[in-house]
Amino acid sequence: MTLAPIEVVRREAVVPVPAYDPDARTPVGVWLKANLFRSVGQSLLTLAVAAVLLRILWFVLDWGVFNAVFYTTDPDVCRAATGACWAVVVEKHRPMLFGLYPYDEHWRLVLMMAIYLATVVLSLWPRCWNLRFLVPLWTGAVLSIGILMFGGVFGLPYVPTSEWGGLPLTMLLFTGTVLIGMPVAVLLALGRRAPLPVARGVSVVFIESLRGVPLITILFVAVNVFPLFLPAGVEVNKLLRITVGIAIFFACYQAEVIRGGLQAIPRGQYEAATSLSLTYWQTTRRIILPQALRISLPAITNHIIAAMKNTSFVIIIGLFDILTATTAVMQDPLWRRFYIEAYLFVAAVYLFFGYALSRYARQVEKWIASGRI
Amino acid sequence: MTDATPGRLGKPPTRRPKDLLYSESFRTALYQVALAAGVVLLGLYLYQNVVENLGRQNIATGFGFLDEVSQFEIGERLIDYSSRDSYGRALLVGLMNTLSVSAAGIVVATVIGFAVGIMRVSTNWLLQRIALTYVEIVRNIPVILQVIFWAAVIRNLPAPRQALDLWGLGFLSNRGLTFLLPAAHPAHVWMLAAFAAGIAAASVAARMARRHREATGRYVDMLWPCIGLILGPPVLVWLGFGAPHELSFPERQGFNFTGGATISPEFVALMAGIALYSSGFIAEIVRAGIQATPRGQVEAARSIALRPRFILRYVVLPQALRVIVPPLTSQYVSLIKNSSIAVVIGYPDLVNIGNTVMNQTGQAVEAIAVMMTVFLAISLVTSLAMNFYNRLVAIKER
Amino acid sequence: MTHSAQIEPTGAPVIQMRDVSKWFGQFQVLHEVDLDVGKGERVVVCGPSGSGKSTLIRCINRLEVHQSGQIVVNGLELSDNVKNIEKIRRNIGMVFQNFNLFPHLTVLENLTLGPMLTRHMKKAAAEELAMHFLHKVRIPEQAQKYPLQLSGGQQQRVAIARSLCMEPEIMLFDEPTSALDPEMIKEVLDTMIELAESGMTMIVVTHEMGFARTVADKVVFMADGRKVEAAPPEEFFGNPREHRTRAFLDQILKH
Repeated sequence: MTLAPIEVVRREAVVPVPAYDPDARTPVGVWLKANLFRSVGQSLLTLAVAAVLLRILWFVLDWGVFNAVFYTTDPDVCRAATGACWAVVVEKHRPMLFGLYPYDEHWRLVLMMAIYLATVVLSLWPRCWNLRFLVPLWTGAVLSIGILMFGGVFGLPYVPTSEWGGLPLTMLLFTGTVLIGMPVAVLLALGRRAPLPVARGVSVVFIESLRGVPLITILFVAVNVFPLFLPAGVEVNKLLRITVGIAIFFACYQAEVIRGGLQAIPRGQYEAATSLSLTYWQTTRRIILPQALRISLPAITNHIIAAMKNTSFVIIIGLFDILTATTAVMQDPLWRRFYIEAYLFVAAVYLFFGYALSRYARQVEKWIASGRI
Repeated sequence: MTDATPGRLGKPPTRRPKDLLYSESFRTALYQVALAAGVVLLGLYLYQNVVENLGRQNIATGFGFLDEVSQFEIGERLIDYSSRDSYGRALLVGLMNTLSVSAAGIVVATVIGFAVGIMRVSTNWLLQRIALTYVEIVRNIPVILQVIFWAAVIRNLPAPRQALDLWGLGFLSNRGLTFLLPAAHPAHVWMLAAFAAGIAAASVAARMARRHREATGRYVDMLWPCIGLILGPPVLVWLGFGAPHELSFPERQGFNFTGGATISPEFVALMAGIALYSSGFIAEIVRAGIQATPRGQVEAARSIALRPRFILRYVVLPQALRVIVPPLTSQYVSLIKNSSIAVVIGYPDLVNIGNTVMNQTGQAVEAIAVMMTVFLAISLVTSLAMNFYNRLVAIKER
Repeated sequence: MTHSAQIEPTGAPVIQMRDVSKWFGQFQVLHEVDLDVGKGERVVVCGPSGSGKSTLIRCINRLEVHQSGQIVVNGLELSDNVKNIEKIRRNIGMVFQNFNLFPHLTVLENLTLGPMLTRHMKKAAAEELAMHFLHKVRIPEQAQKYPLQLSGGQQQRVAIARSLCMEPEIMLFDEPTSALDPEMIKEVLDTMIELAESGMTMIVVTHEMGFARTVADKVVFMADGRKVEAAPPEEFFGNPREHRTRAFLDQILKH
């Protein structure tokens, strides 16, 4: 049986439809109608929310700007004002930012942060991504930061790690965590996907048991138990132990993310590498990891940002990072009623670095999408 | 070609000892034995060092300390405890506190998280932006900072004398949150039991209605009957006891309150901090879940004339829950783990008490082992439950 | 006697398979398969899907491990001796159905990776070699592009060039045109024909019967993991002896 051809009736559009132009800007009126005033209910909601929002905004400005005290050395001036006392941040910025580090040596920390930030910013720039540049850069940075922080040479007084503190300590903890944690994470992820059942078992047990406990217990281990593991007479610096503790915790989460990336690599990639006679490590380094890390980059960034936030856990074991230092400063009876301003400042520091990291990660994703890296 | 016979090709290779080194299976076995031996040896080495070090420092080993008298008080507890009780009991008090603050935190985080998550997908641009700002802020400030912040806020609240009045329902002061409560009455236990029975009855009724529908094709709307079955029994019990409606109002008295119920400042601060922090993550999970159901699914459901409620029940929810539930549970587990930062503000949770025990007895290894084991058990139970759930809801594909 | 005994390889045997069997779990994918391939010989393997033809050639470079029987390549037996496996793999190039190019590397990098890492060639020499083979497959202008920027046919030609850069004596093709749009099949087949004319030893798993007819020295038909029939193309297509071969050819040549 054959079907009769269907008669197609062409209906010409009465109103000419403008050609689709992705770059065309939506007129303001259309946008407002679609997003804020879709219906009567929506309009009322918008107006109500806007009113509350304006009220809050007004309060914030009133408190935080118009009636705020930005600079004074006298807490009574702040007490008299009805607004915020940002002066507390100005007055106390040195103990907040630098912790217990000897007051006269704070310039060393300023210099250290400058070197640190310059090194990191340079390393994040794809044009600098070759070992011939990065190795000397980091060697120089680590050496100069080490000299600045420890001192003991060139006439700089020696400062033990127990007196390090504030933002530089937060930076060091964070950088140490990522630099130590990422390679461990890769090894754990590879272990969990390894052809050897014993390697898989060891990795799984390690990863899952560390992911199952709070970071605090790992810090307790680093501080209280790890020294017991070492033979008599051998000691490892407490700051280093803590950094390694946070790093390994970070690595276990990151390993799971990287494993997700590894699982996404098709079997054909392994087979092609095998047929080219590449060894396991050649295949892993040249073929598998570059792809897996690109795939899991967004999740990797999330955990790196989480690692930055997690450095604040050191308050529990008495390291003077920026949060501990601020909390200690807020014990000062003259200034302690202005704790909100001080904590807002610390929160702003974390928000700033977190925002910078996530913006950078988004840029990297764009570079990957465009094939630049 | 003499080899083209079906027998062996060439001479059978003679096995030389050198060949063993090149054997793939031998190498695999060798690597694994080496790895296993390495792990075991490292473990033995560390164990030996620990034993030696503890011996030198004259620190006892083993879990005998759990039965010793603790000699410290705990301010907040759900079970009887005094300083004459054992360390073991102290840790149990801590565990109960961990669980109670986590339970409260989970409820608050879930409510706020779902509300904000739904706002995130609102068609109203303003709501969407507010939700986004909220999420970005609470997620990116370290949870410890948030907890310390709330603790400072509560510490700086006025004393009970000038406590903030919460519309006559309770007070907020530096002593924590005080609120009114129905005066204790034996009816409450029975109401609770009736409520549980009501839930059981409702689920049985719903199942019967489904059987009936499947057998006869006739649909019985069970929404209101089920609500009635759940809420009815407790109300009836309450009426049966003569409707006791006496309330216990908190009253300012001296430096404190009497009557009502009080939640400690530490509890409130810790709960607020960990709950708000998690609510940001939960909001994103909910958003992802809502957006996971493609529009086409709803349209397909409409095209077969499903009622809106059925679309929600049989099309949208199952797909959204499949996306939401696993990360949501892991968020709950991480909230429970975050409750361990109680130690910074002095809330007596498991880790805080474990820390005290550790300092008093010097038995760091055992004390930390207890804490880790408890949290590991919580994580393991959750992930087992999740595996079970995932197997239950997995979309059957080839 | 087995069928292979009736077809003399054209040169010295480079691949000999005897009684090769393989199981996936309980399921036997290969049943005592015998196959001899002489130097310079072109063998086409065909058969319905699931007949074990891919598994057969994947056993030759040990992407799959055969569980019984013998595979001898260039006089070296394929066992679990890693040294032999490596020697054999270096002599065998493989082209996959899905190309399996490395998406994060440029075409040129895809080609130079193997020579540099396993043959320890210098970068300049490896690139010269790579460009030589890119010219052979007629896409030298794509050297700096990434695989996903190329058409399927171009990708497969890059994959062929990548294998050739290892300068193998034997090339295995696992359904090289199955994942291609029809208009791209020809460019890949042309490349393969040129390769065949240069005297390369080739084993090709394919449904392209035209290719088999013009290029093959021997066509092997497999079904249910067994080698059903092996014959020169004129005999295979003109006068298939086995019932199953006829049924298969009827189906595949009907349209």
